[in-house]
Amino acid sequence: MANASEHFRQKTRWHWLETVFWLCTLLPFLVTPNYLSLASQIAITALFALSLDLILGYAGIVSLGHAAFFGVGAYTAGLLAKHYWSEPLAGLLLGGVAAGLVGYATSHIVVRFRHLALIMLTMGLGLLLHEAANSASDLTGGADGLQGINTGELFGFRFDMFGRTAYAYSLAVLFICFLISRRIIHSPFGLALRGIRENATRMPAIGAPSRAHLRKAYTIAAVIAGIAGALLTNTTSTVSLETLSFGRSADVLVILILGGTGRLYGGIIGAIIYMVARDQFSGLNPQYWYFWIGLLLVAVVMFLPNGVLGGLNALYQKSK
Amino acid sequence: MLSTKNLNKSFGSLVVAHDIALELPRGERHALIGPNGAGKTTLMNLMTGMLRPDAGRIFLDGEEITADAPHERVRKGLARTFQINTLFPQLSALESVTLAVLERDGNARNWWRGLPRFGAAIDEAQGILDSLKIPSTKETRELPYGQQRLLEIALALATRPKVLLLDEPAAGVPKDESAALFDAIGGLSRDLTILFIEHDMDVVFRFASRIIVMVGGRILVAGPPAEIARDERVREVYLGKSRLAA
Repeated sequence: MANASEHFRQKTRWHWLETVFWLCTLLPFLVTPNYLSLASQIAITALFALSLDLILGYAGIVSLGHAAFFGVGAYTAGLLAKHYWSEPLAGLLLGGVAAGLVGYATSHIVVRFRHLALIMLTMGLGLLLHEAANSASDLTGGADGLQGINTGELFGFRFDMFGRTAYAYSLAVLFICFLISRRIIHSPFGLALRGIRENATRMPAIGAPSRAHLRKAYTIAAVIAGIAGALLTNTTSTVSLETLSFGRSADVLVILILGGTGRLYGGIIGAIIYMVARDQFSGLNPQYWYFWIGLLLVAVVMFLPNGVLGGLNALYQKSK
Repeated sequence: MLSTKNLNKSFGSLVVAHDIALELPRGERHALIGPNGAGKTTLMNLMTGMLRPDAGRIFLDGEEITADAPHERVRKGLARTFQINTLFPQLSALESVTLAVLERDGNARNWWRGLPRFGAAIDEAQGILDSLKIPSTKETRELPYGQQRLLEIALALATRPKVLLLDEPAAGVPKDESAALFDAIGGLSRDLTILFIEHDMDVVFRFASRIIVMVGGRILVAGPPAEIARDERVREVYLGKSRLAA
């Protein structure tokens, strides 16, 4: 019966295209050395989108308040660096832990709902946190953002103005979190999440504690989102209220849908397209670049219902 | 094996279960029959915990399960299938049944070890699929309808139930194929207590060792097939003369 396990091995095997892809992420160092700050922003956004993919693409939880965890991670890292400890990795870890705690606490409410109620609930929680940070200006700096963050060296490397350290650091964190996420989705727990996405009614009928699974997934996603937020603080030495904003929650959803949900790489591809497009279009006309993003989103949803990556995958399957 | 005591359930003024007291002895194959709207599926939903009774108690193997959540009842040995396919469309049959095995053994919480390393669970799932002749590697949505009906049963069997509730296992299957489906059900372990809802009386009398007749949310009569076949009240219901068969 070796064949039976082979079925799973095939689905979890590392594809050579993945190696090519990750090698390509090193290209900005050589090809576009003037755009490393942008590349770093893309890696951070990709990590944020990856965290959303874990709950949306795999467990089917649609969230419009995912920035809450990004923001908690960003502020936690910022406050730590400003007041106590400037070494960036500590901020990264603590940011993830803090976001994970908020995620675990809210997960008990979130997993009780589905569909529209769930979207409204996550959005509401996001807005609550945003306003709380806004009014607690003594702690967070309010609308002015958190100023005076001093980020120390990372393994002896300073965060240079060209963004070389920033990109190397962001890329490394993205890659490690990607490997962890990949491992999770290829575990029994990952299969259970796909089961919940595929049919939430059937899960209890096979003895599955769906809510416990969802709480765990939501918490893991919150930790990774928090790490992404902390990474932004680490690499830019500022935290603005925007990290908690509804706009950021909506953007990351758009990014993931553009790229394609439930395939881990969707968020990364989406982030590249979205951030490069924003960079280029806002150069043409800074006020109206959302017009182009809107057009892109409509086109993708109409013609590539599984996102850009879903479309590429369909092409690849055809060519085989 | 499974028993209910005075189960009651109403939706507003509509009584869907009225003082249901049942006793399903171990190893028997019980057919649950009755006209449409008699409350057969409702009774299964009450037994499995998908609906909460207004009053009454449910026991599985002597243990009260009235307050247990649906997934806890499954873990204690009460599994069900659905009248309308309730499967995982984009998982392969093997993935689906493996998931059920992993959940049963508490391994589905494991989020770090790779799936291919759970060889025992995978082989067991493959064995269940082989015994029902379901192709294992195709996505569920690509399976023919009849095989999807079998997969419903395979998923329930993977939980290693003591009691198996089958809600119209052959619903939508053409008559010539439904015989094969019921042969598969007939071939299940004799230790397994089965309750199945079915409208085809040929099938009911061929496979059931006991028959329970429900009308209007009440148990009209329960007993061995020969007794039911002679029962005047049952004849009335099925000939459409009864006032109850609204």
